[in-house]
Amino acid sequence: MASYIGSATSRIDGRAKVTGEARYAGEFNVPGLVHGYVVESAIPKGRVVGIDTSGALEVDGVIDVLTHRNRPPMADNDDAYKDEVATEKGSPYRPLYDDRILFGGQPLALVLAEDWESARVAASRVRIEYQKEPHVTDLHAQRDTAFAIDTPEKPRGDAGKAFASAAVRHVAEYFIPTEHHNPMELFASTAIWDDGRLTVYDKTQGVQNVQKYLCGVFKMKPDEVRVLGPYMGGGFGAGLRPQYQVVLAVLGARALKRPVRVMLTRAQMYALGYRPASIERLALGANSGGTLDAMTHEAIAVTSQFEEFARNDTGWGNLLYKSPNAKFEHRLVKLDLPTSCDMRAPGAATGVYALECAMDELAIALNTDPVQLRLQCYSERHQGEDVPYTSKQLRECYRQGAAEFGWDKRNPQPRSMREGSELVGWGMASGVWEALQMPATVRIVLTANGHAEVATAASDIGTGTYTIMAQVAADMLGLPIDNISVKLGDSTLPQCPVEGGSWIASSVCNAIANTAREVRGDLLKLARRMKDSPLADAGVDDVALTDGKIVSKRDANRAVSIASAMLSDNAERITREETNKVAEDKSHARNVHSAIFAEVKVDEELGVIRVTRLVNAVAAGRILNLKTAHSQVMGGVVWGIGMALHEETLFDHRFGRVMNANIAEYHVPVNADVHDIKVIFVDEPDETVNPLGIKGLGEIGIVGVAAAIANAVYHATGKRVRDLPITLDKVVQFN
Amino acid sequence: MTPFQYARANDVADAIKQIATDPSAKFIAGGTNLIDLIKYDVEGPTRLIDISHLPLRSVEPTAAGGVLIGAMVPNTDLAYHPLIEQRYPLLARAIMSGASQQLRNMASTGGNLVQRTRCFYFYDTTTPCNKREPGSGCSAIDGVNRINAILGTSEACIATHPSDMCVALAALEAAVHVAGPAGTRTIALADFHRLPGNTPQRDTNLEPDEIITAIELPSKGFSANYSYLKIRDRLSYAFALVSVAAALELDGDTIKDARLALGGVAHKPWRSSAAETVLRGERADASAFARAADILLHGAKGYGHNNFKIGLARRAIMRTLGQAARGTPQSNSDKKIR
Repeated sequence: MASYIGSATSRIDGRAKVTGEARYAGEFNVPGLVHGYVVESAIPKGRVVGIDTSGALEVDGVIDVLTHRNRPPMADNDDAYKDEVATEKGSPYRPLYDDRILFGGQPLALVLAEDWESARVAASRVRIEYQKEPHVTDLHAQRDTAFAIDTPEKPRGDAGKAFASAAVRHVAEYFIPTEHHNPMELFASTAIWDDGRLTVYDKTQGVQNVQKYLCGVFKMKPDEVRVLGPYMGGGFGAGLRPQYQVVLAVLGARALKRPVRVMLTRAQMYALGYRPASIERLALGANSGGTLDAMTHEAIAVTSQFEEFARNDTGWGNLLYKSPNAKFEHRLVKLDLPTSCDMRAPGAATGVYALECAMDELAIALNTDPVQLRLQCYSERHQGEDVPYTSKQLRECYRQGAAEFGWDKRNPQPRSMREGSELVGWGMASGVWEALQMPATVRIVLTANGHAEVATAASDIGTGTYTIMAQVAADMLGLPIDNISVKLGDSTLPQCPVEGGSWIASSVCNAIANTAREVRGDLLKLARRMKDSPLADAGVDDVALTDGKIVSKRDANRAVSIASAMLSDNAERITREETNKVAEDKSHARNVHSAIFAEVKVDEELGVIRVTRLVNAVAAGRILNLKTAHSQVMGGVVWGIGMALHEETLFDHRFGRVMNANIAEYHVPVNADVHDIKVIFVDEPDETVNPLGIKGLGEIGIVGVAAAIANAVYHATGKRVRDLPITLDKVVQFN
Repeated sequence: MTPFQYARANDVADAIKQIATDPSAKFIAGGTNLIDLIKYDVEGPTRLIDISHLPLRSVEPTAAGGVLIGAMVPNTDLAYHPLIEQRYPLLARAIMSGASQQLRNMASTGGNLVQRTRCFYFYDTTTPCNKREPGSGCSAIDGVNRINAILGTSEACIATHPSDMCVALAALEAAVHVAGPAGTRTIALADFHRLPGNTPQRDTNLEPDEIITAIELPSKGFSANYSYLKIRDRLSYAFALVSVAAALELDGDTIKDARLALGGVAHKPWRSSAAETVLRGERADASAFARAADILLHGAKGYGHNNFKIGLARRAIMRTLGQAARGTPQSNSDKKIR
């Protein structure tokens, strides 16, 4: 039987998704469903002085309007609102809790009606009287208020001194604007209140995280709350923390003792989390031989007034490059906005963008090929921890990526390549992310008819978790993939963390392997007890499950079918539940790497940019599914194109409001912006990182892509644009 | 959002009668803009009169050698109509460069003319906007105005008209046929849309009780030498930062007749007879194109974020005229600018 692991298996949930059979959080209909519509704050900061709901209550079909004044009781302490992804410092936002307005678009009332249209009409008739307070929403204007926070990467040597005396120096500031996730599926929750028990269908990347959160907020016992989210139409980090609509739906359900659905509008989703705008300063000093002496990376990023959200923007240079002197600093600016949050490759998408543009600029200053400079500075060890990697095939990424792209034909001179009216530019960058693992528990129920159910409380946020779990289980249990069913997205299933950080594949698949080993052990026990058993003296690791049989690894002729082993004991099912073993190992760094090569064509007069070719060579351990892996990296690349050229949440700081809160004006790439994308998976066997050698792919696809494109734009035009997005007016001086 | 009643108009006379009896009613055809505006609480008609079933769906040749386009012809049908593709390819290209396939399928020709601005502040009811709420002020002038106008602006409003189709119609000197209680009349496309002045709440010279019945194209289609070039912040499905409709009639290298209109820069498609006059009789070359661009952009003024549009428009005009003169119109599918 061929292995499913590593094959290009199609999604096992593909049919359900394209036929509409797969149901999302806003699609669970129950009798008597009440529809909630959110009334948002029109101001970014202040207090609610009065709320007049009389006009709303007059609308036919309206049942009630909840505000902080008449809502059901909620917890009154910060701990109750701290979900597992909450920031360490700060007071989490409490939806509909009191009269304070902390950010524009904050929910201030929930209209509950028999149908959604009536709720929406009534929402526009809720009159709110505000007491305004002065607000700040502009990172640039507030940068002097930035304060430093602890970062994991410690300084070494004296980066300032080494920079000052370096033969070749590059120092510059880079800027990444606020970006919003814009998943296709709108955030929605359906809360069903049934005699003190609560069932919630929620759009979330972690059903158990939401379940625990709701238990805290509503002071309920764990067995009274069940959260389900079998499918998700894109998360990208926006669904890691419980979002406010789930609290509002539960408030409504508790108040009315009826099921309530709250679905946000696209515009309302711009008052959820976002990738924080950040100013990134890089100071690189090199000796004349072209190796780094000094590396300083400082970031200033946005958080809210009430929580301190930060991710590792500045430490990535320690993973990529040797430098005897290094310094890292992360600072935060508090603004009157919702708390920033994780968005695909949080910290790395932004930090590596700046680092890899700076390395490109240093290469130019050194008159060295950008790939060559990276090889000269290549680090075999994590520079901060001074430990080796479990595996690091980044050299091979550079080599294979460059070969596929044709990098050797590049003329290093900017503006040297041209095609008619267009300047052609080739740029490259490195990418890096972590290979994380979190404890996760998987239950396998094997039935005598040769079918198995594999279950954990993970979420498949669209990445293919259902499919890779089925593949691994099929291989480990020796069954056809069609005989495997996967259950996810239910808080009553075995424990699993939120789906984020690229850790789900490694965590749950190693847990499947451990659980399958126990199932194998149970089967072997049965087989050994059988009369004249050919496996009488075999141990659990002497046999494998293959083709529906327990087979000796030493002699394939010695085998017992799974069915007969179970029949021999009248066993109808074998149920096992195991966790992946996440060993504390400080002797290695665990990372995934990539090399990105991009071609842009820029109209010389008009500045219109086309990304015509892009190669992303990724080394990420064992690839479980070539098809979903390829899609995932391609998606990251497309997002990287958007980050480089299109995405920007536009604020009017006078009003403290997002002005382009819709996907007509918040631009992401469309088909015309996406041309030839080639994804290469570099072979990277790694038995140290975890038994199955899985590193995860969720984030790496986007990391470095914007830098490669920015570097290509420079190579094409000779114009260095450091603040994203690179729009045509930044490339060409028009007036 | 305001609840509304729905009624269907049986014929043009019925539509006029229905709208006359209810000043807070609005016509709805494809609804691709009006429905959004209702959802955003920008418009609040209490009655929608559905005119999408009116028998105004034909594209017919006229006795004068032109073409009469029914107001209810969907944008897609119009762009692919053989008469338009062959004789007025400038119009076909302009339509195809706007919106998405789904929107073009729904949007009507008449509705396209009366679509409203995309100015961010017009859609955000928490901010002042003279177009939405006369007298409240213009937030865009000192605000986020990358997409706003550089020509024909006023202290009250710097919004742009977002249509691509209308830019081509302006260049082709189309006429708008309308009907109202007082009978029918014809409005030149150039006079159909207004500049904001002190009344930015009025986008067009169409009276509230009038209905667009047809668009008439004159015989001259400039099918040999034309181009529609749209510059935007991504390569498709975005409103124009600047768009240019250029049409030339050439005699060898010499320009016999010229039309030039801009989109994305003003409250209406922007034309100047002087800019076209200066091209006539000239050699179709860069220096003539530059003179025309300078005249057309005379008086252009930026408001901060959109300053770049002036220079961009100048280069785009020259480029588009060059494409038209060479007979190599900008392709919609290949985003490389020729």
